Amino acid sequence: MDIKRNYYEDIELFKSNTILVWSILFLIFLTILPWLITKYHPLGLSIYIANLIMVHAIVAIGLNILVGYTGQISMGHAGFFAIGAFTAVILVSNWSFPLFIALPIAGFITSIFGFILGLPALRLKGPYLAIATLGFGMTITTVIKHMEFFGGRMGLQAPKLELFGTPMKDIHFYYVIMIIAVIMVIGAFKLIKTRVGRAFIAIRDSDIAAEAMGVNLTYYKTLAFAVSAFYTGVAGGLFAFILGFINPESFHLIMSITFLAMVVVGGLGSIMGSICGATLMTFLDIKLQAIQDISFIGPALVTFSQKYMSVAGISNIAVIVYGLIMILIVLFEPLGIFGFWIRCKKYWKTWPF
Amino acid sequence: MFGQLVVSGLAVGACYAMLAIAMVIIYKTSEVLNFAQGEMAMISTFIAFMFIEMYQIPFHYTLALTFLFAILLAVFFELVFLRQAKDPTVLGLIIITLGFEMVLMGFAGWKWGPDQRAFPFPVSNIEAYNVSGLIISKINFWTLIVSLILMLILFLFFRYTKLGIAMRATQQNQLAARVMGIRTKWIFSFTWALSSMVGAVAGMLIAALGVLDPPMMMDPLLKGFASGVLGGMTSLPGAALGGAMLGIIENLFGGYVSLSFKSVVAFAIIVLMLCVKPSGLLAKHYVKKV
Repeated sequence: MDIKRNYYEDIELFKSNTILVWSILFLIFLTILPWLITKYHPLGLSIYIANLIMVHAIVAIGLNILVGYTGQISMGHAGFFAIGAFTAVILVSNWSFPLFIALPIAGFITSIFGFILGLPALRLKGPYLAIATLGFGMTITTVIKHMEFFGGRMGLQAPKLELFGTPMKDIHFYYVIMIIAVIMVIGAFKLIKTRVGRAFIAIRDSDIAAEAMGVNLTYYKTLAFAVSAFYTGVAGGLFAFILGFINPESFHLIMSITFLAMVVVGGLGSIMGSICGATLMTFLDIKLQAIQDISFIGPALVTFSQKYMSVAGISNIAVIVYGLIMILIVLFEPLGIFGFWIRCKKYWKTWPF
Repeated sequence: MFGQLVVSGLAVGACYAMLAIAMVIIYKTSEVLNFAQGEMAMISTFIAFMFIEMYQIPFHYTLALTFLFAILLAVFFELVFLRQAKDPTVLGLIIITLGFEMVLMGFAGWKWGPDQRAFPFPVSNIEAYNVSGLIISKINFWTLIVSLILMLILFLFFRYTKLGIAMRATQQNQLAARVMGIRTKWIFSFTWALSSMVGAVAGMLIAALGVLDPPMMMDPLLKGFASGVLGGMTSLPGAALGGAMLGIIENLFGGYVSLSFKSVVAFAIIVLMLCVKPSGLLAKHYVKKV
């Protein structure tokens, strides 16, 4: 039953045995996924895509803590992502830190920037906050682009990682990312269920009422920004090592919008939703970027493009599909995949009625 | 040097001001922050480019056709997407306009490819006037003239025509306007059409000053927001003033301090302004009652 008898039952990580069993099954699935991928290539997946999906899931969770739980809009997460990526690469290549120390440091430096952005955000609401964060994201990339220390326009080469003296392959890196991602997901679940998370949710529902109840707005709003930036920064560091090469041009406005799209598609205020959203959108993005390789649709689209459009820009179909998904989700299913899941569950539970 | 920087800053600022005015027109009426503004202007500019280059239509006819396209695009967006949203939140509205922005951007990238093109504007951007030592390039001069004329037309429109007064009434109190017999739904569509036309003018001028390619409006969009915030998101004269000030400040910063960090100025102004006076220079501050 769903009745809570005491406080500790409410903050438990696994509400019931069913959830515990499914979580363990999911973990086992994640563990054997690389083996499945190399053996069967389901849906054209590769380990690289799986890595990318997990990194995007971490970002989506971080952004969801800010947008979905605290109700603060951010359109500058590509900026945090860039800070994390560049910090991690510089720490590893210039000062030869090991990855496991460089990543948390990158996260903390990013969260300091998050705290700084959180300060003006205290006075801003809705559209104004969107403008300010948009400006932040675009400014960060401009600054990085014009500083020689960060490699300027050319960007930086991420050093090859080593594991016990041998160079690390994609498949080893998969397990590193998996462990970090699982830790961060559990952290997010715990965070939301404790005092801090409840304060975030109170601020989202009504910040004036929350303040009247004794929630310290200054503290919790900046904390939300810092936590969100921490998640994004760590993910940024991992992203740099997946790609092996980063340049400031790739952390543009569209990337911030993509992150926002993942959160909205997955469902605001739902961590599992963020993971689903990140998976779906990353997969779609990669498939649609190479749309001409898909059977049947691809060649037809190429001939259509030759006639009316330009073939060079055919990968832009991905952007169009992204935009349409964002609009349609807001119009028809404002809670995203999570809302759909809740509707299905309700339907089955109360079936004959 | 100083005068030179101010003059060229004013010309760029005029473009920012027009984008900001386009955003303010919508924000005032429907409280929607239109992130698709830049891309709507970009698509209109590309359409104008297509008419001129491919069909060899003279410029003044092209202008009329482009305005028609801009109106249709905006009304289409308002009717098909924005009006369908049931009880939308601020975030929902932002996401819808962002989604539309991505659709337009993807479409432009698909249709015209990533090449940079020169926009065939009837005024050359190489020749210049020499006014007692100050060198004003022709395109800058005409940008200023066009923006001033546009602002004058908008001022007269909002002050003296029946439609303009109906729009102002809707902005102030939608319910009361409906009671007075104004079709507020039509007014919303019309607001979007007007804003899209102003945006199209800004887009053509920006393309004439620089180059024409799909991501060309990314930077001006942020500058337009900065101008709006500087002057006040609910004030048309404020947006014009904000655009001009932003253009001048930015150019002076580029000339005297650092050219490569020029675009940071816009962000600094946004943050400073929002912290000191969130309502902007020329707008009244409303306090929300609980």
